[in-house]
Amino acid sequence: MKNRLKVLRAERDWTQADLASALEVSRQTVNAIETGKYDPSLPLAFKIARLFEKQIEEIFKDEE
Amino acid sequence: MAKQKNDSIDWPGQTKESTIRLAKWTILWVLTVAIPVFGPALFWGENHLISFLAILLNVGVGIGVIMAMINHLKKQDEMMQKVQLEAMGISLGVAIVGGIAFSMLDKTNVIPFNAEISYLVMIIAFTYLVSVFINLRRYK
Repeated sequence: MKNRLKVLRAERDWTQADLASALEVSRQTVNAIETGKYDPSLPLAFKIARLFEKQIEEIFKDEE
Repeated sequence: MAKQKNDSIDWPGQTKESTIRLAKWTILWVLTVAIPVFGPALFWGENHLISFLAILLNVGVGIGVIMAMINHLKKQDEMMQKVQLEAMGISLGVAIVGGIAFSMLDKTNVIPFNAEISYLVMIIAFTYLVSVFINLRRYK
């Protein structure tokens, strides 16, 4: 699954640690999501969407 | 991004705290293993009641370790929980398959020593550590 997390974070000038703190996850998890190595659960995806005030599909895209 | 930090929890601090608590319980449990193992030879001899109470203490502290482990897992985020779950699953598989095989090696006298449970504990611990390490590398 592709995502725009890194771009959205950069637009706000946030570090991975800042985003991790806001999402209440570890920095490693933020990094794994950004690099596409880990797909977040639906609750975490909704949390990310709420934080960036966007729809989930505006952030995450199915690669198929 | 101070505005985000203010209303969020201290995630690394919370995880560190639960890890330290788990380490303390584990050290205490290891110490209570030594009491019934060395106690009879060094202090109370063949007194079964004292040995039983020492083992009871070890089990009690062991329950504390399990509770601390559950708490530690709950404090992890979803990806770290997945890493831990996979490592524990692999360790459980190795424990069952390796334990049975080890026992059969002893029963059939293929190995010249007894299949002590301590060997199995070491294999499980090693498997768990390697699994966690590999899983963390995978998501890096």
